[in-house]
Amino acid sequence: MDLKDLYRDVIVDHNRKPRNFGPMLSPDAHADGHNPLCGDRLTIYVSLDGDTVKEAKFEGSGCAISVASASLLTEAVKGKSVAEVDKLYGEVHELLTRRDTVAAPGLGKLAALSGVHEFPARVKCASLCWHTLNAALHPPQAAVLAPTSTE
Amino acid sequence: MNAALEPTPANTAPFDVEAIRADFPILHQEINGKPLAYLDNAASSQHPRVVIDSMSNYYERDHANVHRGVHTLSQRATDAFEAARENVRRFINARSTKEIIFVRGTTEAINLVAASFARPGIKPGDEILISWLEHHANIVPWQLLAEQTGAVLKVIPITPEGEVDFSAFEQLIGPRTRLLALAHVSNALGTIVPVEQFIAVARKHGVPVLLDGAQAIPHSRIDVQALGCDFYCFSGHKLCGPTGIGVLYGREAILDAMPPWQGGGDMILSVSFKGTTYNQLPWKFEAGTPDIAGVIGLGTAIQYLESIGMDRIAAYEHTLLEYATARLTTIPGLRIIGTAPRKAAVVSFALEGIHPHDIGTILDVEGVAIRTGHHCAMPVMEFYGVPATARASFAFYNTRAEVDRLTDALVKARDYLT
Repeated sequence: MDLKDLYRDVIVDHNRKPRNFGPMLSPDAHADGHNPLCGDRLTIYVSLDGDTVKEAKFEGSGCAISVASASLLTEAVKGKSVAEVDKLYGEVHELLTRRDTVAAPGLGKLAALSGVHEFPARVKCASLCWHTLNAALHPPQAAVLAPTSTE
Repeated sequence: MNAALEPTPANTAPFDVEAIRADFPILHQEINGKPLAYLDNAASSQHPRVVIDSMSNYYERDHANVHRGVHTLSQRATDAFEAARENVRRFINARSTKEIIFVRGTTEAINLVAASFARPGIKPGDEILISWLEHHANIVPWQLLAEQTGAVLKVIPITPEGEVDFSAFEQLIGPRTRLLALAHVSNALGTIVPVEQFIAVARKHGVPVLLDGAQAIPHSRIDVQALGCDFYCFSGHKLCGPTGIGVLYGREAILDAMPPWQGGGDMILSVSFKGTTYNQLPWKFEAGTPDIAGVIGLGTAIQYLESIGMDRIAAYEHTLLEYATARLTTIPGLRIIGTAPRKAAVVSFALEGIHPHDIGTILDVEGVAIRTGHHCAMPVMEFYGVPATARASFAFYNTRAEVDRLTDALVKARDYLT
């Protein structure tokens, strides 16, 4: 097990300088995520142009994996249709749980998360933002809006 | 068989930590290619070979159900089980084995007291007094009781150093207080609460006192008569014993007056549909087949600790705590959370710019096991404004070299992520 597999340069950089960090005044969609195990909390905001993600932002606090993953997410989903985001969500999930041994070609910088699967205790840190985004884009209908939780 | 019951004579030899480490099979392994440094003892401690052997010997030679057979194995199992109860009694200096109730752990002990002692007779507006330091196990049972009965949970604040505020306590205790339930040692911060002072005030008010001793009993000599508490709760697995077994000590007169908690076999003398006669203490509170192997393992763990001596353990751990505190404070950006003058060998800390979860992972790669998270004490985290802390907690089998490895690994974490 090598720390470099988990804390790749891209991850360390996005943790130190998270992109698209901060509130969004009137988002078209948003959701809160919480990982009670480590206390990570984040909110994902999305502005939409029709069916396309115009901008995604996040705020909250968490570990390096959680912050970097959310930062990478906001970059990755920008300009994508909701259907494309859904596909990406599936691919990231595969990457983190390693059902698929090769990172999908469309993942781009998100492939930096490919070492996370070697650290099973940290998979939920990386996936929290994606579950939260999914909840923002596909809110449960007529359900009590509890925060998304990865625990 | 686990029949060697005599108290061990006081051990005055120099503290030989390497000899002690040789007693613990689990410590001699590599994690990620590095020797294991196990510094998560406040979560659960490890087991000396004699404890593991006592349990496997029991399963290999002596197992049968207790208190109900005339055959040899049942008698052996019962003897070993009740011998362990005497070990516990002696260990905490209770007056009688009637005062030693075996439960699953500290959590179950507190829930038993909430259900069987506090709940009968409690009225809306009556108060249960706890402190801000408590583990969730000494918060939630009282919240449940309050929800069910209209009782009120009052919380004694803590100081920035992590001490329970004694003058605030004197203001909060009053005519409606039905019970004071206090941690003896804080699991999240290591603070040793001067419970004797609190008990003295509670006595004046006629308020019974429960102590959560889960974190105190591994680190010091406990004498329930000298403390003067009414209940003392602890878990086997923080004490080099197995998981799933713990002890509720209660003063005999109080336990006698309490109704049984769970009903079933073993806690009765006779059952008929006209009415049931409950068993005597302590069995009145031990319904169902107990964790016999767990009790035997706990009894052996206590004998093992007595053979080393709790006073020597406390003294050695104190030197480790002082060394760890000195080493960790040399790391730039490291803040120790909980700086009470009297502490057990627990150091909770935050490292500026690094989330505790990342610290935990980086240390694990270095073979150093610590706990990161809220330590089941979320109000304490809230008080210090942190979502979590990293916590190194030491046992008498830890070494200064392991403290050095902790320090080096933290420096590495800092270099990596900041």
